[in-house]
Amino acid sequence: MLDYSILIEHWDMYMQGFANTLKASVLALIGSFAIGTVMAVFRIAPIRPLNWIGAAYVEFIRNIPLILIVFVFFVGLPAIGIRFDSFTAGTLGLTVYTAAFIAEVIRAGILAVPKGQMEAARSSGLTYLQAMWYVILPQAVKIVIPPMGNQFINLVKNSSVLGVIAGLDLMYFGDLISSETFVTFDVYIFVALFYLLLTIPLSLGVGALERRLAKSR
Amino acid sequence: MIYFHQVNKHYGDFHVLKDINLTIEQGEVVVIIGPSGSGKSTLVRCINRLETITSGELIVDGVKVNDKNTDINKLRRNIGMVFQHFNLYPHKTVLQNITLAPMKVLGVPEKEAKETAMYYLEKVGIPDKANAYPTALSGGQQQRVAIARGLAMKPKIMLFDEPTSALDPETIGEVLDVMKTLAREGMTMVVVTHEMGFAREVADRIVFMDQGRILEEAPPEQFFANPREERARLFLSRILNH
Repeated sequence: MLDYSILIEHWDMYMQGFANTLKASVLALIGSFAIGTVMAVFRIAPIRPLNWIGAAYVEFIRNIPLILIVFVFFVGLPAIGIRFDSFTAGTLGLTVYTAAFIAEVIRAGILAVPKGQMEAARSSGLTYLQAMWYVILPQAVKIVIPPMGNQFINLVKNSSVLGVIAGLDLMYFGDLISSETFVTFDVYIFVALFYLLLTIPLSLGVGALERRLAKSR
Repeated sequence: MIYFHQVNKHYGDFHVLKDINLTIEQGEVVVIIGPSGSGKSTLVRCINRLETITSGELIVDGVKVNDKNTDINKLRRNIGMVFQHFNLYPHKTVLQNITLAPMKVLGVPEKEAKETAMYYLEKVGIPDKANAYPTALSGGQQQRVAIARGLAMKPKIMLFDEPTSALDPETIGEVLDVMKTLAREGMTMVVVTHEMGFAREVADRIVFMDQGRILEEAPPEQFFANPREERARLFLSRILNH
């Protein structure tokens, strides 16, 4: 049986960790969605140098372990005088890393929108960016909701990387509680449950969104 | 209004348009016909630079289309385009489809854009569909919305790229009727179509293309009664007597 006294006695720590994991996830979700969208458009826009920037971003970032990208913000940039607290460094690393995957998802979505949509939009006098923003991206995002949901769930779980750099998230407090109480199994089971508290509603939410949008088409 | 001089276009090794010379005056309705793969659509798509030309000169509304100083978005405001597959925006209502460009390109206030949109929806005969999504409409209705969308920019030229080819036969007539009205009102129109009845009735001039060349240009009475070119004769006999 699980030892619930651990949960009750360390409730504040669990809550603080949960709140920070939630906060890091939401910030990284918004940030990576924005950067990912920009990089996806870079890869597709009819301007060569932008294509290179987009491709370089995706290929470099997604082929490096997340923890190393977090280290760039945690120890790399401070070495040249740019400092962050560990929560910020972790969240930035997570954002930059996830953006590479989201860029690929959105790019696939953009390519799945029929070519005639861009032609119709451009021939009405809209600029490339206007056509992207008003016509292509809304359709692309709709198409990629299922894979996007996967990325967001990964993001929440990957936020546990903050634990490694004392980022005050769930994982960090789990480690802390464990080392204070010398209990391992039960402590981490509760940590896992808190992650599920975030990821399962996210999963269900994505599913519901998918069904709703499927109806509206 | 539209002036092609010695225009050539290549897709890699494929020579799509060969030495095209064509002048279209304001208010003229020019119908381009010819077998598939003859370059008709490409020719029309060059006019608003959906396709770029390889060589030659193309001037539309006094502007060199392929000059690198040309603001293509500005030129495109004056050129409406209707596509074979309608290309309505599926995530927007009929009204939003029509108001998007006037609001974002011309900066027309929303209220005015909606009024204009309703005016053109009346004109194409489906004001009751203003708040429907395109998927709820028949092909003919969708194409009429697409025409209204083009007209809402108050263009000087309308391009039609096989506007009825994707329609089921029952709805072709309603689209052609709208186009006929437009032609009578003096719109400059360039139409790629296989609808010979429409061409005969509405066109000021028929342009016959084959293998990337303009083979014949003539008023419809003359073209249909007595085509000069052997290839045009063959084409007509095949599509008229089946």
